[in-house]
Amino acid sequence: MKISNTPRPPSKLRRRFVKGLVMLPAAMLLSNVTLATPSTADVNTTGLAVTDTTVKVGILHSITGTMAISETGSVQAEKLAIEQINAMGGILGRQIEYTQEDGASDWPTFAEKSKKLLVKDKVAAVFGCWTSASRKAVLPIFEQYNGMLYYPTFYEGLEQSPNVIYTGQEATQQIIAGIDWVVKNKGAKKFFLLGSDYIWPRTSNKIARKHIEKLGLKVVGEEYYPLGHTQFNSVINKIKLKKPDVIYAIVVGGSNVAFYKQLKAAGIDMTKEKPLVLTISVTEDEILGIGGENIVGAYAAMKYFQSLTNDNNEAFVKAFKKRWGDDIVIGDVTQAAYLGPWLWKAAVEKAGSFDIDKIRKASPGIELTTAPEGYVRIHPNHHLWSKTRIGHARSDGQYDIVFETDELIEPDPFPKGYQ
Amino acid sequence: MFAEYSMTELTSIFAMQGFAGLLLFSVFVLMALGLAIIFGQMGVINMAHGEFMILGAYVTYLTSLFFSNYLPSLFSGYFFVAMILAFIATFTLGAFVEWAMIRHLYKRPLDTLLATWGLSLILQQTYRTVFGAREVGVTLPDWLMGSYAITDLIEIPINGIFVMILTLFITLCVYLLMQKSKLGKQTRAVVQNRAMAGAVGINTEKVDRYTFGIGCGIAGVAGSAFTMIGSTGPTSGQLYIVDTFLVVVFGGASNLLGTVAAAFTISQAQSTMEFFLSGSSAKVLTLLAVVIILMLRPQGLFTLKIRR
Repeated sequence: MKISNTPRPPSKLRRRFVKGLVMLPAAMLLSNVTLATPSTADVNTTGLAVTDTTVKVGILHSITGTMAISETGSVQAEKLAIEQINAMGGILGRQIEYTQEDGASDWPTFAEKSKKLLVKDKVAAVFGCWTSASRKAVLPIFEQYNGMLYYPTFYEGLEQSPNVIYTGQEATQQIIAGIDWVVKNKGAKKFFLLGSDYIWPRTSNKIARKHIEKLGLKVVGEEYYPLGHTQFNSVINKIKLKKPDVIYAIVVGGSNVAFYKQLKAAGIDMTKEKPLVLTISVTEDEILGIGGENIVGAYAAMKYFQSLTNDNNEAFVKAFKKRWGDDIVIGDVTQAAYLGPWLWKAAVEKAGSFDIDKIRKASPGIELTTAPEGYVRIHPNHHLWSKTRIGHARSDGQYDIVFETDELIEPDPFPKGYQ
Repeated sequence: MFAEYSMTELTSIFAMQGFAGLLLFSVFVLMALGLAIIFGQMGVINMAHGEFMILGAYVTYLTSLFFSNYLPSLFSGYFFVAMILAFIATFTLGAFVEWAMIRHLYKRPLDTLLATWGLSLILQQTYRTVFGAREVGVTLPDWLMGSYAITDLIEIPINGIFVMILTLFITLCVYLLMQKSKLGKQTRAVVQNRAMAGAVGINTEKVDRYTFGIGCGIAGVAGSAFTMIGSTGPTSGQLYIVDTFLVVVFGGASNLLGTVAAAFTISQAQSTMEFFLSGSSAKVLTLLAVVIILMLRPQGLFTLKIRR
């Protein structure tokens, strides 16, 4: 037998064996396995929780604790997508069953629960995590036990794992298009960068600052406030003194509410756009807490808004409201979470297998024409090609979309010249 | 830093900065007064103080919904009704908690810490179940929104003025209550010597219940007022708890005047530093200063001399 030095070429014998297995169901017409359903031994060679009729996946979000506010929408979206896929006949003839775990807004709990999902439940994929901190906590576990995580949140980039598909935007996709737009359309020259004090706002503002300076424009201030800070009057005064054209705000959580309420109370009328407010951290979800009347006139740069008009989105919003109630709103991350199960389905069907390694190989290049945000495609770096849109906040808590990039923006988690 | 600005610009910014400091001062006093009564007068470390505030905020939210649905013509005045209801609701819950839980733990101060912390978790989860995990938006009547422009540059937030007046009013009430009223005198007597107060015929258990209830009630009013400037969600109370304890401990727990003085010192230091430095470093420096002062003066700024 000849021993090859090249790193493990797929053996011919094994390929023939696999082909044989594929043919097997055809030979078993008398059994209860239908023609379209490939046998379990064939689509699952690594012992995942796949039976002849079902496949188990995990949902891992915080449903208690401080992050529950944000993560509830993602859970709803993922469940909706799974139910819709099941109604269409499931994946490779198997119905999806989900096991939901609560990360409890606590990063070690996320790690523990992800281990439980991968080791004990042997789930074929996990849809979950929201904050970067929770993702970083589960990452080593997904890599060690070779799981597949579909992560929905827009985030700071600087990461690319073979075990994660990032369905939200990384920082450059969200930031650069937004800044270019205010510079071109609003003649902005001076920027004031403001954020909550942790990795995502800091990295994002770093990218924003580099880009602004590249354009030859000026950053007149850059400030960070602790998470949960509730008093913004001093910084608002500073903003008034520095007179920027744009307040670039990446404030999150409860601070968000305090910031916009106090901005409005301090006499900065965002509808007059002097200064204009551009944010990347306020989705329709956050506006529920802020109150539409407190943020009307601000601009947000994201890939998805609920008010997007296309057939996919109209069907999605209708289905979402039917499933979860009429008064619900859908933000950027919720839509990205909805993409997770669909992208996984496409990858499994392309690979013809639930095996993680095969899904990983099949994922780059997968397109989704049915995405509510329009068309998306997985890049070899596991992020999505997507468009960025600018929304103009209305007083009813929705956004009017005033701009959309012509082309899909390439995800670039390690941007050169921005670090 | 200021070379490029004109004199009028600087004057107006400093005027507004002064106002921002006073506003922060009012917010601190408002959130700390209730705790100062409970912690200072009764020695109970109430970790659920923030949750009592949020109960007040949710009562305000419900009142605003009720008015906008059933009495839209009176909507502009709902806030006063909301504050009274918030006081009643938190007072009732506070008195109940005292009766059910706290009174069994007076001789075990560390256990009250644990018990009230547990209570805060229970309340958070209750809010989450009843109102949902998301924050709710409380709509303000129009007259409370926006700002009052004195000059082109000086703009005073109207809800800021409202918070200040409210703080002044509440502080005055608390002062009169503690210094002049019968209940206040009884409370102080119980604080100074419980056994003796009992011996002269003061119903100490009743005094405890009212004191705890009033402390919680003030927290509820504070929470109601903070819907104008902050968020209302199941865990929003946690945003205030650290600052609240900071103010009360720094002021010297047993003295209400100390609480006011501490609130003034911390708020001025913080808002001045926030203006010249960034927000996070201002917070660090404030906390550092408080730690150093408490090391030198562990009893806080003011103390009440009592025989123990």
